[in-house]
Amino acid sequence: MKPAAFAYAKAHSIEHAVELLGKHDGEARLLAGGQSLIASLNMRLASPPMLVDINDIAGLDRIDMTDGHVLIGAMARHADVERSSIIAKHAPLISRAMPHIAHAAIRNRGTIGGSLAYADPAAELPACMVALGAKLEIAGLQGRRVVAAEDFFKGMFETALGPNDMLVAVHVPAATAQTRVGFEELARRHGDYAIVGLAAAAQVAGAKLSDVRLVYFSVGDAPVRARGAESAIAAGDIDGAAAALSKDLLPTADLESSAEVKLHLAGVLLRRVVRQLQEARA
Amino acid sequence: MDAVVGKFGIGQPVRRVEDQRFITGKGRFVDDVTLPQQAYGVLVMSPHGHATIKSINTKAALAAEGVLCILTAKDLADEKIGMLIPAMPEDFGAPKGYRASRPLLAADRARCVGDRIAFVVAETEELARSAAELVEVDYAPLPAVVTVEQAVAKDAQKIYDDNPGNIAFIMAMGNKEKTDEVFAKAKHVVKLKINNNRVSANSIETRAANADYAAESDSFTLYTTSQNPHGTRSQIAGQVFKIPETRLRVISPDVGGGFGMKGSVYPEDALVMVASRRISRPVKWTSTRAEALLGDAHGRDQVVTGELAFDDSGKILGIRAHSMHAVGSHVTAAAFAISMFSVKLLSGVYDIPAGFIFAQAVLTNTSPMAPYRGAGRPEATYLVERLIERAAVILKMDPIALRMKNFVPKSKMPYTNTSGIVYDSGDFAHVTQECLKLADYDGFKKRRAESKKNGKLRGWGLAYFVEEAAIFNDRMDLRFDPSGQVTILAGTHSHGQGHATVYAQMVSEWLGVPFENIRFIQGDTNEVPMGRGTYGSRSMMVGGNALKNAADQIVEKAKPMAARMLEAAAGDLEFKDGKFKVVGTDKAIELTNVAKAFYAPMFLPKDVGVGLESAGTFAAEPPCYPNGCHTCEIEIDTQTGVIALVRYTAVDDVGKVMNHLLAEGQVHGGIAQGMGQALMEHIVYDNSGQLLSGSFMDYAMPRAEDIPDLGGEFAEVPSTTNPLGVKGCGEAGATGAPPAIMAALLDALKPYGIEEFDMPATPQRVWAALNKASVKAA
Ligand SMILES: Cc1cc2nc3c(=O)[nH]c(=O)nc-3n(C[C@H](O)[C@H](O)[C@H](O)COP(=O)(O)OP(=O)(O)OC[C@H]3O[C@@H](n4cnc5c(N)ncnc54)[C@H](O)[C@@H]3O)c2cc1C
Repeated sequence: MKPAAFAYAKAHSIEHAVELLGKHDGEARLLAGGQSLIASLNMRLASPPMLVDINDIAGLDRIDMTDGHVLIGAMARHADVERSSIIAKHAPLISRAMPHIAHAAIRNRGTIGGSLAYADPAAELPACMVALGAKLEIAGLQGRRVVAAEDFFKGMFETALGPNDMLVAVHVPAATAQTRVGFEELARRHGDYAIVGLAAAAQVAGAKLSDVRLVYFSVGDAPVRARGAESAIAAGDIDGAAAALSKDLLPTADLESSAEVKLHLAGVLLRRVVRQLQEARA
Repeated sequence: MDAVVGKFGIGQPVRRVEDQRFITGKGRFVDDVTLPQQAYGVLVMSPHGHATIKSINTKAALAAEGVLCILTAKDLADEKIGMLIPAMPEDFGAPKGYRASRPLLAADRARCVGDRIAFVVAETEELARSAAELVEVDYAPLPAVVTVEQAVAKDAQKIYDDNPGNIAFIMAMGNKEKTDEVFAKAKHVVKLKINNNRVSANSIETRAANADYAAESDSFTLYTTSQNPHGTRSQIAGQVFKIPETRLRVISPDVGGGFGMKGSVYPEDALVMVASRRISRPVKWTSTRAEALLGDAHGRDQVVTGELAFDDSGKILGIRAHSMHAVGSHVTAAAFAISMFSVKLLSGVYDIPAGFIFAQAVLTNTSPMAPYRGAGRPEATYLVERLIERAAVILKMDPIALRMKNFVPKSKMPYTNTSGIVYDSGDFAHVTQECLKLADYDGFKKRRAESKKNGKLRGWGLAYFVEEAAIFNDRMDLRFDPSGQVTILAGTHSHGQGHATVYAQMVSEWLGVPFENIRFIQGDTNEVPMGRGTYGSRSMMVGGNALKNAADQIVEKAKPMAARMLEAAAGDLEFKDGKFKVVGTDKAIELTNVAKAFYAPMFLPKDVGVGLESAGTFAAEPPCYPNGCHTCEIEIDTQTGVIALVRYTAVDDVGKVMNHLLAEGQVHGGIAQGMGQALMEHIVYDNSGQLLSGSFMDYAMPRAEDIPDLGGEFAEVPSTTNPLGVKGCGEAGATGAPPAIMAALLDALKPYGIEEFDMPATPQRVWAALNKASVKAA
C-alpha cells in the first residue's frame, strides 16, 4: 500500500453519500471504480482525508429505458455498459466508444460516473455525452439537479460538480431511425488515452445530415464541439468542414505530438467519421 | 509447437515446470518475503537532474509517526560504509578513465533525477512514505548535461569537478592506420550518424530488497531481486561493509525478469542492510513502478557515426566508427560491457579487411546505464546493418545481394573480425536463404501492391546479426541423496528463462534420473557453493557445459562402486541410458541404485567418501557466436503515420537447441523488446534533467496485439567452442529486430525520399516526416 492514511466510509444511499461529503467540507472523495482515484492516491498526487465508497448503493448501476431516454446509473461499470443490449440499440455511439476505453481489467472496475466526474480531457465518454446531448443528474446537499452535458464539462478535470455533489445518472436521448453516429480515435496503442478522438452524432433527412454534432477529445481542456465543421457538414461541404477545423480547434502539444500533427489528425478523423455518419444504419 | 508429454530428453519442447507455480500466484518473490518484526524503508530521491545539496534536515521526518530511523550520507560516513565501485576497462589494461563510483546516498551533489538522498525506515511502508515527504533537502540546482553530445561539448558543465570533459572511459579496437588508408583510396564511402534510443527494462517485478541483520553472529541475510546473488555478496561484503563473505548470505528467490537491469548492485541493496543493523529489525524496500522508471539503470543511449568504404563492385573494404555511450551519473558494475561488446562486433557478419572504432563512455545527468538485453551487441548490429542498407541505396544495389556479396563465407570459419574477435562457426548465406524462403520474400511485391490498394505503404526489411555470447567461468553442482535422486545446485540464476526445466531435462537424459525427481536449487549463497548468475546469454553455454562436466564426473565416480556391485572390472563397464552395463552381458545396474550405495551407514569401501556429488566447471574461453537473419514487413497508414508490424520471420543459429519451447520463448521475447525499441520505447529527459517519460502513460511498450505471429525456425549450426555445441539465445531477438524493422520502415518511406530515421519510429514522427517530404515535393 502506498497512499497516505485516509478514513473510509461506506455509503448506503445517495443521500447518505452526499451527507458524508458534506461533513468533510468538500475534502472527502467518492470512491467509484477506483481506477483513476486510487492511482492518484498511490502516487500521492491527492491525499483526501476520507473516501466515501458508493459501490454498495443499491440500484446505482442500473441501465434502463425511460420515456425516450436511456438511463445509465453512475455506478454502471464500463464492462456492463459495453455489453448492454439496451445501449447497443438505443445509444450505439457509447457502444462504439467503449472498447477504446482502457483494457478489459480496467473496464471491469471503472464506472461511467467515475469517468464523467473525473473529466479527463482525453477520455471518450465526456465527448460522447456532449455529442448525444445527454443530461447529467446530480445530487447535492440542496437536492437534485440536471445539467446538460455541454454545460457540465468546464475544463481539465473540472466539471459542474461541486465539492459535495455526486453524479447520480446520465440520461441519453434514445436514438431514432434517423440517428447516425460515428466514432474514431487515434491512440498510441489500442486502449491508451487518445492522441485525438472524435465522437459524432447526426440526423439524416434524405441524403442530408442535420443536427450534426462533432465533438473532439484530447485536443483541449474539455470536449470541443467543432461548430464550424458541423455547419459545413450539414451543408454537405466536407472540404469546408476540414478547413474549418483550424478555427474550431486549438490543440496543444504534448510529449509525443505537436499541435500541428493533432490538427492534421483531427482532419483525418473528420473524414473517416463523416463517412460513418453517411453509412446506412446497420 | 506443442509440448510433448512424457518425453523429457534434450531438445524436447518440455513445458516449463515453473509455470504452474507462477501462473497460480505461488511464486515467491522478494516482496513476498515478510519477516517477523518487519520494518519498511522508502527512498528520498533527488527531484533535480543536477544540484548541490546544501543541507538535509530530517528533524520533522524523524518525529513523524512510526519512524524508526533515517539514513543520510553523514550516517553512512559515520559507519564507514563504502561505495559501489565499478569494474573499469583500465582493470583489463585499457587507458585510465574516471571511476565514478556510486555512494549509497549522495552527500553534497545530486547527479541525476532519482539520485538517492535519504532512506526513511518506519513501521509500515505508508508511514515511511509519509515521513519521506517531510525530509527537507535544500538544493541549489546546477545546469544539467543530459545527452552525450551536451556532455562532451566544449566547456560543458562538469558532472564531477575533477573530471572536465565528462568522459568515464574510452576504448578502441582495430587498425586505425590501415583503415584510414583504405578509406582514402575507396571508390565509395557511406556515412551515417545514428542515435540508439535510451530505453528502460521494465521487468514485470520491480526491484526489492529485504535485509535481516543477526546481532548474535554479526551477520546479514539479504533477499534481493538480483540476477547474480554471489556477485552481489562479493560486492556488498567487499566494497560496502568490508566484511568476510561468510557474514553475508544473499538470497535471490523467484525473480521476475532482469534483462541486465538487475545484474548490478543498487544502493538500496546495502541501505536495507545498514538500516537493519541499526534498528535490529529486518528492513524491506520495494520499488514502485514510478521509482523504477526513475531509479533503475537504463539501456542503450548511444550516438554513433559510422562509415563503410566500398570498391566499385560493392565489396566492403573498410569500416570505421566513433561512438559515444551514455553511462549516466555513475558508472555501474558492468557498464563497461556495453561499450566493450559494441566495439568487439563492429564489422558484424561481413568479411571486411580493415576496421577501427573509437568509443567514449560519457557521464550524463541521467540514471546510470547497465547492460540491457544485448548490451552493446544490438548497438553494433544496428550500426553496421543501417550502414549496409544505406550503402545499398547509394550504390543502387539490392540490399540482400549486397549482403550476400560481403558475408563472411562459411569456408572462412573460424574467422577473425576487424576487432580481432574469432567467430568459430556460422553459415550466414545459408541462414539468409532459409529465412527468405520462410518469409516468402518472393511474394512481397504482391503484398506491397495489395497494401497500396488499401492506401498503405508497405516495406520490407532484413537484418543479420552476430553476437558474442557467454562470459566468465561458472560452476554447477550435482548432489545425490540417499534415495538415489539428484539435486542440481546452479551457479547461474534463472529469472524467467526456465532453467529448472531445461537443466533437469539434460540431467535426466545424461544420468537416467527421472525428470520429476530432479530438484533444482539456485539463488542462495548458503546453498549454492559458487556462481556468477545469468546475463549475456551465458547460462546454456557456461552453466550447461559445467552441468555436463558435473554429470560426467558423477559417472566416473560411480563406476568403481557399480563395478563392485556388479562384481565386474570397472574397465568392462559402459554407461548408457542411466545404467552401468557389463559389456557383452545382460548384467546392469541403474546409477540411481549405485548412488544409494554411497550413503550406506557402514562398510563403505575405504577409498570412497560418504555421498555422491560433483562440482562441474566450464569457462567461456572462448565464448560463442550466435547469429541470425531477421526479416519483417511493416505497413504505414500515410494519413496518420500509424505503423503496423505485419509479418516477422527469423531464422536464428543458436547452435544446438536444448529445449525448443524455451529457446523460441527467448527469441520471441527478444523480438518484442526489439520491436518496442524500434517503434515506441523511449526514455526522455528535458534539458534540466527532468524525466518526462516517468510512467507507463508516457513510456509505451508493445502489447500482444502489436506483435504479429512470429515465424521462423532455428538453424542449428553447432558451436565448436563447447562440448554441447550450444550458443546463447537470450539476446538474439532484441539484437535482430531493431535494424530489421528500421530497414522495413526506410524501405516503405523510400518513395518519399526519406533516407534517415532514428528510433523510436512513432506514428507522430513518421507522419511528420511524410508531411515534410510531401511539402518539399509539392
Ligand atoms: C491504465 C489506464 C488506462 C485508462 N485508459 C482510459 C481511456 O483510454 N479512456 C478513458 O476514458 N478512461 C481511461 N481510464 C480511466 C478509467 O476509465 C477510469 O475508470 C475512470 O476515469 C474513472 O472511473 P472510476 O469509476 O474508476 O472512478 P474513480 O477512480 O473511483 O473516481 C475518479 C474520480 O471521480 C470521482 N467520482 C467517482 N464517481 C463519482 C460520482 N458518481 N459522482 C461524483 N464524483 C465521482 C471520484 O471521487 C474521483 O475523484 C484508464 C485508467 C487506467 C488505470
